[in-house]
Amino acid sequence: MTDNIVEIDNLSFGYKGRLLHKGINMSFPRGKIVAIMGGSGSGKTTILRLIGGQLKPVKGEVRVGDKVVHEQGRNDLQKLRRKMGMLFQMGALFTDLSVYENVAFPMREHTSLPETMIRDLVMMKLNAVGLRGARDLMATELSGGMARRVALARAVALDPEIIMYDEPFAGLDPISMGVICNLIRNLNDALGATSLVVTHDVKEAFSFVDYVYFVADGVVAAEGTPAELRESTLPFVHQFVHGEVDGPVPFHYAAPDYRRDMLRGRDV
Amino acid sequence: MSSKAVSKLASALQNFGHRLIDQFWRLGSASRLFGYTLASSGESLRRPFLVIREIYFTGVLSLIIILVSAFFVGMVLALQGYNTLQKYGSSEAIGVLVALSLVRELGPVVTALLFAGRAGTAITAEIGLMKATEQLSAMEMMAVSPIARVIAPRFWGGVISMPLLASLFSMVGILGGYLVAVPLIGVDGGAFWSQMQASVDFREDVMNGFIKSCVFGVACTMIALFEGYDAPPTAEGVSRATTRTVVNSSLAVLGLDFVMTSFMIS
Repeated sequence: MTDNIVEIDNLSFGYKGRLLHKGINMSFPRGKIVAIMGGSGSGKTTILRLIGGQLKPVKGEVRVGDKVVHEQGRNDLQKLRRKMGMLFQMGALFTDLSVYENVAFPMREHTSLPETMIRDLVMMKLNAVGLRGARDLMATELSGGMARRVALARAVALDPEIIMYDEPFAGLDPISMGVICNLIRNLNDALGATSLVVTHDVKEAFSFVDYVYFVADGVVAAEGTPAELRESTLPFVHQFVHGEVDGPVPFHYAAPDYRRDMLRGRDV
Repeated sequence: MSSKAVSKLASALQNFGHRLIDQFWRLGSASRLFGYTLASSGESLRRPFLVIREIYFTGVLSLIIILVSAFFVGMVLALQGYNTLQKYGSSEAIGVLVALSLVRELGPVVTALLFAGRAGTAITAEIGLMKATEQLSAMEMMAVSPIARVIAPRFWGGVISMPLLASLFSMVGILGGYLVAVPLIGVDGGAFWSQMQASVDFREDVMNGFIKSCVFGVACTMIALFEGYDAPPTAEGVSRATTRTVVNSSLAVLGLDFVMTSFMIS
């Protein structure tokens, strides 16, 4: 019996013949917080969508529990998704609903709990993210950090086994970032869930995750605990962790020779 | 023919072929969405609150533009109609002219065109933005079908609203026509109403108009929903989709109107 709740096995995925992932292997142990890191456009978010069954792999498979995600029928996929909660990059709150109704949404859709119980649960979830007092605000009245916290309360509304975070720190001020880091850790431990955090914020991620996968050029370029990766001598990891401008990931997008480009059309 | 001209012609043909194939793809996707919407309708109709909310947004909020337009269309019809009818000494038939024009044609058609501009664009923009802000993806990840929760209630909201709006359009239009013909021009009120009553047939005229507005309801709402659902999740994508909703809905309404009228008259 494996103790990994999610396993990605030799996964390849791409659009229109161009492969974004070329044989990725990852495993996510139950109860841990694992970060998936990499540069912009390296396909980190796509991995979450593949786990959620919103996309189908070209090759390989993603297993959640003992089920292969892309082999599930519509109803089975829905059942599988009820075990997952996902925090989208910008929160993805329903703009026509209030904060309270946003958090109550999954409960109303999937349970037939009486209104009094839904109210209690919504209050507990909102209290956990510190926004019980904002329950009557509309989603459009929230700041970026608050919206992210409400979305987090909604993602954990039905106590999922797997919580996925897509760039939870993007565009947040340092205080909100710290709040979100603490919430991810606390919610994960309180719910006994497994968290997958897609991010490129090294400092924040390394402060609270248990394990890190680095994705580059469609493969897992490096993996390990934050402490191991900080000491890593791999050029890519070193460049990424220390935020160096140039290195294996070049500053310049592939371009013809600079001199020839500048002198094109002129007599030399 | 020079090789340059041949390659230009080939690229033009290729371009045309691409566009044609693209249109067929879109037609296929729209049909599939229509099928899914019908299949998911049971789920949303079991929660009438969702549909009633959409009837409010698409129907009730369109009332002002529909009623004001209807009033003016009725008044103009009476003015124009009287001008022509009096040359033939049959100005009492003005009631019939106004009623038949509205119930058979103008009621359903103008309502559908206004609906596409007022409610259709709102639906497209809303769904397009929901897609752009990942609200539909979030719903999917919560194991809630966006088609059952978002698309189907809006579809039924539009389909139910359209015939009601068209009926109100015809009623208010006739009232506008009456106000111009009887108190303003001085046509006999009794003749206005009695000739109308004698000449407008419930099955032939009223029901045919009703059927038209139901079909327009399905077409306009489905086009608006599909354009929103299919829109690229960018500001430009949503704005283009909104424009396409108005253009495609208007063309669909006029085309369908001709086809249905030719069947109804023959």
